Amino acid sequence: MKKDIILAGVGGQGILTIATIIGYAVVNEKLNLKQAEVHGMSQRGGDVQSHLRISDKEIHSDLIPESCADLILSLEPMESLRYLPYLKKNGWLITNDKPFVNIPNYPDQSKLIDEIKSLPNHIILDADQIAKNLGSVRSANMVMLGAAAKFLDLPFEKLEEGIKYIFGSKGDKIVETNLKALAAGDSQTK
Amino acid sequence: MKKLLLLGDEAIGQGALDAGLSGAFGYPGTPSTEIVEYIQGNKKAIEKKIHLDWSANEKTSMEEALGMSYAGKRCIVTMKHVGLNVAADAYMNSAITGANGGIIVAVADDPSMHSSQNEQDSRAYGKFALLPMLEPCNQQEAYDMPRKAFELSEKYHIPIMLRITTRLAHSRAGVEKKEELPENKLHMPEDPNQFMLLPAFARTKYNKLLEVQNEFEKESENSEYNQYFDGDDKSLGIIACGLGYNYLLENFVDEKCPYPILKIGQYPIPRKQIKKITSECDEILILEEGMPIVEESLRGHLDNTLKIKGRLDHTVPRAGELDPNVVRKALGLEIEAKLEIPEIVVGRPPELCIGCPHRDTYIDLNAVMDEYGRGHVFSDIGCYTLGFLPPFKAISTCVCMGASITMAVGAAAAGFFPSIAAIGDSTFGHSGMTGLLDAVNKKSNVVIIILDNDITAMTGMQDSAVEGKIEKICKGIGVEPEHIRVFVPLKKNHAENVKIIQEEIDYNGVSVIIPRRECIHARKAKQKREQFKFDSGGNK
Repeated sequence: MKKDIILAGVGGQGILTIATIIGYAVVNEKLNLKQAEVHGMSQRGGDVQSHLRISDKEIHSDLIPESCADLILSLEPMESLRYLPYLKKNGWLITNDKPFVNIPNYPDQSKLIDEIKSLPNHIILDADQIAKNLGSVRSANMVMLGAAAKFLDLPFEKLEEGIKYIFGSKGDKIVETNLKALAAGDSQTK
Repeated sequence: MKKLLLLGDEAIGQGALDAGLSGAFGYPGTPSTEIVEYIQGNKKAIEKKIHLDWSANEKTSMEEALGMSYAGKRCIVTMKHVGLNVAADAYMNSAITGANGGIIVAVADDPSMHSSQNEQDSRAYGKFALLPMLEPCNQQEAYDMPRKAFELSEKYHIPIMLRITTRLAHSRAGVEKKEELPENKLHMPEDPNQFMLLPAFARTKYNKLLEVQNEFEKESENSEYNQYFDGDDKSLGIIACGLGYNYLLENFVDEKCPYPILKIGQYPIPRKQIKKITSECDEILILEEGMPIVEESLRGHLDNTLKIKGRLDHTVPRAGELDPNVVRKALGLEIEAKLEIPEIVVGRPPELCIGCPHRDTYIDLNAVMDEYGRGHVFSDIGCYTLGFLPPFKAISTCVCMGASITMAVGAAAAGFFPSIAAIGDSTFGHSGMTGLLDAVNKKSNVVIIILDNDITAMTGMQDSAVEGKIEKICKGIGVEPEHIRVFVPLKKNHAENVKIIQEEIDYNGVSVIIPRRECIHARKAKQKREQFKFDSGGNK
């Protein structure tokens, strides 16, 4: 088993939370994991990405080689395209369609969606709206994790356990919302 | 046993704790920050009353570590590569004083300058100081090496540098813990003059340091971190340091690398293994993160007959971090066609947070500077550096910690008017205070704006060393009290703030303006920290 995943988005969108939950699930499955992430200056509203590698064998590089990622999981449409050089031929791109606009020259959204649709394997969903319907816009990242769940080759309940572990200190209600968001995302890709 | 999932930085922190650490010293700097942060957040460290407070800067932290070592205890001092420049005076001399309790100097380099002003290689400093160094290639080694470092440090009575680079610092993997070692008991150095660097003593001690170099080399030759892997194809031998080793193996996932490999994780460079690989292989490829330190050592100044490939002949790019693809190209292996980034994708630079007090300060400042034209504001390193970018374009320089004030002083000496410095509260504490003393002593005509957001924000919300003390410090240094002005950077105060800035530009002398409003993320971070300390029953 080997999965190379690029998590993409903008600083503050919750990429590292996704990475932490997957990390929790992976360690409990006794698989190997390497997860490289961005700290420091770029976190302030800039583009951020995390290289996440899971394998039942030893993982050498902390970075995914180009053309090797099985999946790009993005919390924002433009950021999903920034890491295409890492994507395998026939790899999957799963993205939230809600743009994060904090620059004056943000591209036309329909053109971005066209670019994404030109890829053979893609899933586009409105994670913000789905999360909003569940009563918490902030759990859009968990909707996206849910949407990617079946591509991860990890038991779904391990992701749920991860959510319980990570959000546990914030109270049952937050845990519940995030579990619902995970399930809602998962149902999108059935 | 369940593995701990740790960043490389965190692995160093945990490794040092489990190896009998008594104190962590440092100044936050990406990518080194999480070493001390991890220790600060560790319940056991708090229970054991490990010293874990940040220092004012890297030099003071290095010196504090020397003091703890003098007292016989084990300590770690952490910094980023450019921070080692600040600590260099103490670090270089620590090679002569040596250590009593073990000292680890953990330095995180930033090749590709993800969050830095240059990509200098700290191994140059290790060599410069004639001290051994360790360089982990993965999180497990990052955890294991502090133990080895303390062992070497106390065996030879010298500080040991532990050098990592950004990628390992900020990448997480499973780490297996080892048994915990006890802390050292307090004990003075056997030689009462060990830390006394009067020239007569220093000369003797320097000669001893030179004599022991052979021992350091033997340690490297016998180190478990310097491994030789044989290969059948001797047309090429590969010397791979630190992460270079991982990127090399990444290119041989399904097969064994056909070439002999020398993996280096401990310095000085092991002569025995170098002799072996260079004598049995036709060509040598050197993969090292950072600068061509090993490559230059092997090439020397004169041509030698052996063909050496690396950064100097551009087999590997001269700048930037390594990655699997850079190494693949260097190996001459086939590169698969990759997807391109569509042209529609534009850059997304970092920016000041919405609601950040610095935004208001720059709006106030720009309103005044419109009259004089841009290019008059010297600035510094921190979140407020982002004020260089649109829409503010408020500052014109960023060189090194503290340089805003001193550059303004220099420009004022040239007759430049107005000459303004913008510096953050933590940076002011780090190395702005002495510059302010210069300004006062030279009676410079400068306006120094200390953007006080009550925290060291950019590196992730560490306490600022000058919190609650800035006005007193400025007064103490000799700034006239009526020219120390404090305002709250908020939209509603704009007109008043503009007036204050204008008045201080009009004053011929040293003015300090302190726009003060808490970082919008600070309160949450502080509450979380206090809660953790409370929960852990710590006394800090």
